[in-house]
Formats: sequence, structure tokens, C-alpha cells
Amino acid sequence: MEERFAVGLIVNNRFGVLDRIAGLYAKRCYNIDAISAGPTENPEYTRLTIVSTGDEYMKDQVVRQLYKLYDVKTVALLEQEHTLFAQHMFVKMHLTGTERGSSKHQVLELINEYGGKVVDFGEEHLTAEITGTKEKVDSFVEKIRKFGILELSSSGDIAIGIGWDNTLSVAPREAEEDQPEP
Amino acid sequence: MKMNGARILVEELIHQGVEVIFGYPGGAVLNIYDELYLASDRIRHVLSAHEQGAAHAADGYARASGKTGVVLATSGPGATNLVTGIANAYLDSVPMVAITGNVAVSSLGKDSFQEVDIVGITQPIVKHNFMVRDIKDLQQTIQEAFEIANDGRKGPVLIDIPKNVQAAEWEYDPDMKAPSVKKARKTSISSLDELLEMVKKAKRPFIYAGGGVIASGAEKEVLELSRRLDAAVGLSMMGLTSVPASYPLNLGMCGMHGQYASIMAQSQCDLLFAVGVRFSDRATGDLNEYTSKCMTVHIDIDRAEIGKNVSPDISMWGDVKMILQRILDVLPQCEHPDWLRQIEEYKSAEVLPPAKGFSPRAIIEEVNRHGDADTVVATDVGQHQMWTMQFYKFEKPQRLLTSGGLGTMGYGLGAAIGGCIANGRKRTVLFTGDGSFGMNLNEMATAVSQNLPLTIVVMNNDVLGMVRQWQTIFYDCHYSHTTLDRRTDFPALAAAFGAKGVSAHTMEELKKALDEADQSDGPVLIDCHIGMDEKVLPMIPPGRSARDMIVKG
Repeated sequence: MEERFAVGLIVNNRFGVLDRIAGLYAKRCYNIDAISAGPTENPEYTRLTIVSTGDEYMKDQVVRQLYKLYDVKTVALLEQEHTLFAQHMFVKMHLTGTERGSSKHQVLELINEYGGKVVDFGEEHLTAEITGTKEKVDSFVEKIRKFGILELSSSGDIAIGIGWDNTLSVAPREAEEDQPEP
Repeated sequence: MKMNGARILVEELIHQGVEVIFGYPGGAVLNIYDELYLASDRIRHVLSAHEQGAAHAADGYARASGKTGVVLATSGPGATNLVTGIANAYLDSVPMVAITGNVAVSSLGKDSFQEVDIVGITQPIVKHNFMVRDIKDLQQTIQEAFEIANDGRKGPVLIDIPKNVQAAEWEYDPDMKAPSVKKARKTSISSLDELLEMVKKAKRPFIYAGGGVIASGAEKEVLELSRRLDAAVGLSMMGLTSVPASYPLNLGMCGMHGQYASIMAQSQCDLLFAVGVRFSDRATGDLNEYTSKCMTVHIDIDRAEIGKNVSPDISMWGDVKMILQRILDVLPQCEHPDWLRQIEEYKSAEVLPPAKGFSPRAIIEEVNRHGDADTVVATDVGQHQMWTMQFYKFEKPQRLLTSGGLGTMGYGLGAAIGGCIANGRKRTVLFTGDGSFGMNLNEMATAVSQNLPLTIVVMNNDVLGMVRQWQTIFYDCHYSHTTLDRRTDFPALAAAFGAKGVSAHTMEELKKALDEADQSDGPVLIDCHIGMDEKVLPMIPPGRSARDMIVKG
């Protein structure tokens, strides 16, 4: 059965590391729905979250093949029930025509309802910032679509494990110096 | 001690135990060649005719010696010419370090003369690669490259060194030991008890051994496993030399062009004990059929291979030799007389063509008689390769150099050169075809200048035989662009290169030519004229199973 799943990675912050990871997905015919990369507390390492769709076979293979890359320090399948996921999104709205006043009002209401913030506005546009799960962000986009989206930029999912046991640390914790093979 | 980057490279190669490197000079590696000139009494360089030949030579050297093969090429076209050789080593898990020069760091990314992004180009076909932008990292990078090439499942690593880094000076520390970059690997043998239960129930055990057995040096353990389980052994092409051909339970190669007995035994077994294999499509055929009648045990060093093509009932991962030793520690002696009788029946079925006339079989068996167990045999790719797998009797590991996963026509001559050098320059055999040989025959120049005792047996049928065979069977005899009509005079060509060349149309001529080759100390080419409709049989059509085996042409 195909389902969405996410992989968390700690990789060396080196030239070409994204190319290696994305290249592995490409050559093994795994899709990438969303990828986010960012610094960690240690400048030597980068943290990646990659969201894909696939079956159990692909999940196993992705993690095992990724672990073989020498720039990959740690890789783990992020299980839905043990992981917090969030996306960060900017959306710029076109406030149009005679209804401008009322649409602006409705848009602002929606933004408030979703806990978002207006970060930029002008005569005919308004930019909101929304953070939350994919479901929340998607539902916001669906509701706001009819008012006219000018531009949208989303981070894709970032993720972190829930609790002490589900930790992808850049510094191996003392008890487990060698990151075990997944 | 302060020295330039080129010298650091050469010193570190020597420090890594490298005795020979294969390569071709050019603008972006001039500094390195200058240091090779100065260090020529401590490290040998073998000049090829083309970088691809050098890469295959490094690969052949690695397979025959068990050491890491090293190849050196310049930037741009020098680097891209390595690509097939690197991919070949990657698919067959051969430890190799490929070193390329590149333009100076300040010129990178500007489409400079002879600049290519070889790190990007080779990224999907290496275990890892490096671009050394800072002289401070050079020595450590070289150490890491050798470590990675041999860590776990072996394979190629590329180091790209810009020209200014070769010229820059830095401290070389002969005692330096870079922090290990090895992957942490757990060995999993937790299912040992389960395995013993399975073995107890099995009545028809079959061992399928592959290249991982040779890479791990587990040949003795596989033999003992076969004796203890009373199990027949089938081999992948990469594992063909892991069990002596003379061992009675060795049934030979499995798969598309495998031996009848091996294919039958595999298809009828109730316990498939796969060791150091990756279940290539050429070996398994139809995956649904392949393990439909048996329980499967899969042991491999690469965890990602477990379940990739075949889902095993029991899997263990880690060093094959170590795991087999642990199994043998507790494995009871089994006896399966009925199964062995069945195996004998499979073996006695006369399926292979007889060695009559000047047939491929007769040629290979004659060459086999002329060599000894230590003779290194290289092949190219195609019908002659499969005939070599069927008819040459290998008694020792690391004596066969053949392109398995990539199926590289043109691999053989370079590999034979590397293998001959690795094997103390003893007479080395290359079986090739007129198609494959045509691809990289320029390396005859290398064989001559190195005065290497190669016996080059060209199975000359004037066609691309393997493709022709498929066209005959699957494409209604449409011989589209496989009839060569080249009229190349191979003996004259050999002579033009400065080697000996003779033609053979009969067994007598072949025997005479082989005797002459034995007397010679350089390369000898024997142009063997065979029929264009000789086929490799048996054959399992692609994606099919033992049931669909084609036995008669």
C-alpha cells in the first residue's frame, strides 16, 4: 500500500551533498514530494527532511540505500505517531475589484482562524504567514484559493521526533556512540 | 615534511601499499606525472592507450590481486573516458581509487578548457567521491578514499584534484592516520536458531554463492557449508571461481546461460542458501517463480541487498565469512542421499554441445589444458564470455576477470593487462569476440610496450554473436546491424601493433598457436574462426523461469 512517509537525515554540510541524496532518489526511481534542508546547531552538519510516497518495500530500501552514502551520518524513517511535522508557508493574495473590502475582511478572518499572521500588505495584495501541519496548511490554501492566490512559497515538511527516544542527534549520545545501521 | 600536493599524493599512494597505477597523462595532471617521474623507483606507472583501458586494467588488477586498483587521468575527456571503467567496477563491487586532475579552483565552474564536473558525472556510479579544494585536506582524503573503497561492500571511489592543489605546498605526515570514515555496521545473525530449524526440515538444500564469497575470502566456508548441508552449489558469474570446478557438488553457473544441472537444482530445491549474491535479473529470471518452491536464506554484507530483489525467509547481514563461521559452529552434519541422486541425474543430462570440431567448447577446453590453476583468464562480453563460464574449469578464486553487472564489451583487454601484471606477469588468457575486441583493441599497444605474455583468443564469427542469437530467437532472424563484414585481418593487426598474430581454423592450428604462445614472452593473438550460428545454450529467455529453458538450438 502506498502512503506518504518522511525520512530524516543528518548529513555532512559539504559541496554536492544534496546532489548525492536527490541523485539516489532519482536513480532508484523514488519520488520526492517535498524536501527541506537547513543548518543544525553544528555547522558541520545539515538536517534534511524528505517526504515521499511509497510502499513498505520502498521505505526499507530508501533508508538502507541512503545509509550507504558516506556523507549521511544518520538516517531514520520518521514514523507518523512519533514525529512532529510542520510546514511554514507564505501566501500572497490578490485582493480584487469591488469586493475588495469584503474579501479582505474574509481573508483576514481566515488568517486569524488558522493562527496566521499578515506580514506584508498593499492596495491590492496581502501576504500571510501560516505554520502548521500539512493538513492545516493545505486546508487553509483550499479555503483561500477562491480569493485569488498571487504567489505561494512553502518550506515543505520539517520534522522532529517526539520524546527522548526519537532523536536524530548530530552528536551521537554517549550510550550509543555508533549510529547503528538502520 | 613540506611538499607539494602532487608529491603528497604519490607519497600517500606508496604509503597505502600501491605498487602499480594505470593512467594517461594530460594538462591537469602534469604535476602528478612529474612526481611519478621522480618516484619511478618506488611506484610503477603503466601507460595505457586510452583512459578506459587504464580503468579496466586497474579493475582487472584489483580482481586478480584482491588489492585496490588505482587509475589516474587528466581532467575533461581524460576523466569522462574513465566513466565506463568506474561504472564497471561499481556494478561488480571492485575496490578502485580513480584519481583525476581538474582545472585550478579559481577556474572551476567557468567552462574552462578541459573542465568537466567529474564528481557530478560519476556520482551515481561510485561509493563516494571527493573534490579536494584545499591542500590541507589532501592526505586525509586519500586515506579516506582507500578506506571507503574497501569498507563493507567494495567499490570505486574518485578523487578529483584541481591543478593548483597539486602545486600548493603543505605538510606531509607519514604517520598520519585519518579518523575512520567506515560505516558502523551491525552484524545480524539473530535468526541462527530459526535457520537451524529450517535446515533440519530441508530435504533439497541448494547453495547459491556469489562474488561476496570471494570479496570476503569465504571460499573454504562455502565448501564446508556444502559438505555439512549435503547441498549442491550453484554460482553467480561473479562467484564462479569461489568453489573449485572439480568439486563434485559444484554445478556451475546459475541463471540465463547457466548450466542445466545448476538451473534444475535451483528450481527444485526446498532451501535456497544464497551467500554474497544480489539476485541480478540475469540470475533469477522470473522473480515470482524463482523462489516459489523453496525457503530462502540470504546472507550479504550489504543490508540494502536483503529484500531488494528477493524477499528472504531468513536474512543475515554482515561479513559473509564471519557469518558462515558462526553458522558452521553449530550446524549439524546433514545427509540427503535422494537429493544427491537427483543432482547426479541432472548432471548426467547431456545438454551442452559436444567438444567436436573447431567448436567454441573445443577451443576453450584446449586453452584450459594449456594453462594451470593459477592462470588468470579475462573475458570480454558476449557469447565467448558465456562459453568461458560453461567450459573453462576454474580451480582457484580471483582467476577470472569478467564484466558481470555492467556487461562491458571492451573490458577484456584492459582487464587482462591489469590481471597479468597482478599475477607476476605470468601468461594470461583473454577470451574475446571480434565485436568486443574491436571496441578497445588499441590496448594492444599497451600489451606490446609492457611486453605482457597475453594469449588473446578471438572467437571470430564475423557477427555480434549474442545479439544475433537474440535476433534469431526473439526477432524473426532480423539480423539488424549485427553482421559485421569488417574484413579486419586480426593477425596482421596484431603484427602492426608489434605483437604476434596467427589464424586458426582447426584444432591442430590452435594447438600449434598455443604452443608458440607458450614459447613467447609477449602478447600473441589467435584468431579463431568459428561459425556465426553457434549458440549459447541452455538459455532461459529474459524474465522467464527454468520451465522455459531452451536446451536445443
